[in-house]
Amino acid sequence: MDTLLLSRIQFAANISFHILFPTITIALGWVLLFFKLRFNRTGERKWMDLYLFWVKVFALSFALGVVSGITMSFQFGTNWPGFMETVGNVAGPLLAYEVLTAFFLEAVFLGIMLFGASRVPGWLHTLATFLVAFGTTMSAFWILVLNSWMHTPVGHEVRDGVVFAVDWWAIIFNPSMPYRLSHMLLASGLTVAFLIAGLSAYRWLRGDRAAEVATGLRFGVILGAVLIPIQILAGDMHGLNTLEHQPAKVAAMEGNWETQGNVPLLLFALPDEETRSNAFEIGIPSMASVILKHDPAGVVPGLNDFVAEDGTVLHPPVSPVFWSFRIMVGIGMLMLVASWAGAWMLWRRGVEGLPKPYLWGLTGMSFAGWGATLAGWYTTEIGRQPWLVHGVLTVQDAVGDIASGMVLSTLIAYVAVYLALLAAYVGVIFHLARKGGRYSTPVASPGMQPAE
Amino acid sequence: MFDPQALPLIFAALMGVSILLYVVLDGFDLGVGLLFPFAEEAERDRMIASIGPFWDANETWLVLAIGILLVAFPVAHGDILTALYLPVAVMLIGLILRGVAFEFRAKAPLGHKRPWDVAFWAGSLMTALAQGFMLGMYVMGLEWTWPKVAFALLTAGALAVAYSFIGAAWVILKTDGALQKKAVDWAQGGIWGMVLGMGAVSVATPLVSERIFDKWFRFPEIVALAPLPLMSGLLVALLWLALRRLPTANDSFAWFPFVGAVVLMVLGFFGMAYSFYPYIVPEQLTIWEAAAATESLSIILVGTLVVLPMILGYTVLAYVIFRGKATKLSYD
Repeated sequence: MDTLLLSRIQFAANISFHILFPTITIALGWVLLFFKLRFNRTGERKWMDLYLFWVKVFALSFALGVVSGITMSFQFGTNWPGFMETVGNVAGPLLAYEVLTAFFLEAVFLGIMLFGASRVPGWLHTLATFLVAFGTTMSAFWILVLNSWMHTPVGHEVRDGVVFAVDWWAIIFNPSMPYRLSHMLLASGLTVAFLIAGLSAYRWLRGDRAAEVATGLRFGVILGAVLIPIQILAGDMHGLNTLEHQPAKVAAMEGNWETQGNVPLLLFALPDEETRSNAFEIGIPSMASVILKHDPAGVVPGLNDFVAEDGTVLHPPVSPVFWSFRIMVGIGMLMLVASWAGAWMLWRRGVEGLPKPYLWGLTGMSFAGWGATLAGWYTTEIGRQPWLVHGVLTVQDAVGDIASGMVLSTLIAYVAVYLALLAAYVGVIFHLARKGGRYSTPVASPGMQPAE
Repeated sequence: MFDPQALPLIFAALMGVSILLYVVLDGFDLGVGLLFPFAEEAERDRMIASIGPFWDANETWLVLAIGILLVAFPVAHGDILTALYLPVAVMLIGLILRGVAFEFRAKAPLGHKRPWDVAFWAGSLMTALAQGFMLGMYVMGLEWTWPKVAFALLTAGALAVAYSFIGAAWVILKTDGALQKKAVDWAQGGIWGMVLGMGAVSVATPLVSERIFDKWFRFPEIVALAPLPLMSGLLVALLWLALRRLPTANDSFAWFPFVGAVVLMVLGFFGMAYSFYPYIVPEQLTIWEAAAATESLSIILVGTLVVLPMILGYTVLAYVIFRGKATKLSYD
């Protein structure tokens, strides 16, 4: 395999592994703050137990996020030197602001949040919890600003092949940023909702009847039920935004080859780039036109518009974008059904009335958010190919001149480490769930007393 | 807004400070990891407790340093990191292993604690060796020839021992009793790595480059610079004497080995900075040639001037909150 492909696989492996953990910590930080504030207000033990359980998951996820994030910052230089050489004047300050306003804030106050409860006043511990949550969100903000700018670059000019920033306001609030940021923050919320619901269901199934288990289950299901419709709306708006700025990506997502009206919404198809058509199409007539143009006759751009006269293909590879989009939407729909059915049953019958198969289903969906998040990112990132920065820089021009054998060896090493760590992570999370409330000790330290 | 000539210099200085802070701060927690095989299980828990609240933030200085290299000197970033591709990968895998082992050892089932301890040690060792190797390669002008790689292997070993020295000094500061006594022994063993490493770099740097040789050995610079090696030598002698008398009955001077190690690292850092200035890629690319656009540097500097004092402020706050001897880590 050539260096370009290997470097792409390596970057994909690194960033896929990395994003799993911020996806958890971004929302879990706020959830922990919520638990802490509930405890401060009510003095009810179960909120502190919830906090103490989930803060462990947070610490573990945070550590994995930090170390895999350090890898990312080096990858730009080791494998993609052309990226910073070309767009460094825009990407640089955005990354710098992420380090300055987010990384240090999270890292320092995490120490106080985790280990400082008995050493600092209660208000300072709550403040530390807030600042950690705030830091993770700031981090998401800056990195999504940069990522969005790479999809919809504005506010810059190109001089001698190098990008110079002209309007920072335009760069930061670039056209796809609000949609992408909301979509990702909601994805994080849903990932955490299902993680909490899933692990609580697992503990319940194992006979753990601690008060925190029922509360956690209720919290997770309701959070999921509230967020999923908002997410579907945000995702739809994000799609419309993509149609406006990256029509080739949407054409690949829909598996639509010809620019035409009455485009069906394909539920299944095998796109074939050789014949430039789909095999085994199953679709809802005109539905894609309705979603994208709010009109059954609405004309949607097709992939064949993105082939140069000499036959060069200028659109992304179709099958991976088409399928990862369907996986994301499919998991989203499953989340809708699971959380609304759960919320309805909770309302009618309470936690005791939840049927066993449903609880096992929730347990199985503990990491469903990861699947949807990864599939969504694959859709948007593969959908940008062959561009690295849309219309400005191709991946081909950014890749570093490293011997392919060297990239292959590091790729194998990273993947081996990542798979082992992923197994260990999931294993330890369920191990913590099995230990459940057994390690709970009476609230003793002054830092954790209710505020009153 | 800012003088275009001054900006690259300011960022080079900021990057230097970040690297220095990283080497000192992550140096001590890497060193604690390197000393793991010499400690009993209960002692390992206490050693982990002494670095628990800090290690995350310590590693962030590496992200800032590499971030400044990335954003302020994009061309140099590509040149240096592609030349150091393999050691960077080794370091990253090392950092991953130790970072996660830290959390896993406390949360995994009890029977899995030992393997995670081994991972913590191995990760620390990989990181320290890779960083020492990169230091050596940088001094040698980033050229992969056998004699230069051999030198880099020497600095790899030396930096690992130097880190274990500062790690031992940290344990002396943060613990007491039998563990503290042990740490004094470790420090006595480790100080030679520090001397060897600094000596090797000091001797080799001027020999590799005539320009650097001239900078150090022409008159009158040689007189002005003489205090640097002299102070280092004096400090090593004082450290050696102090380690023979530690720990004292009332725990006085337990801070001295750590502070001494920090000062040694600062002195060594200034020596290196003086040697390589104004180059960022040794003898090839100056900081002005490698710098990013003025308007981009300006906007980063504004943020840096506002945020960096805050970062330093709350970092100090964390060290104040967790001052004194290390106690058992607990979330409640």
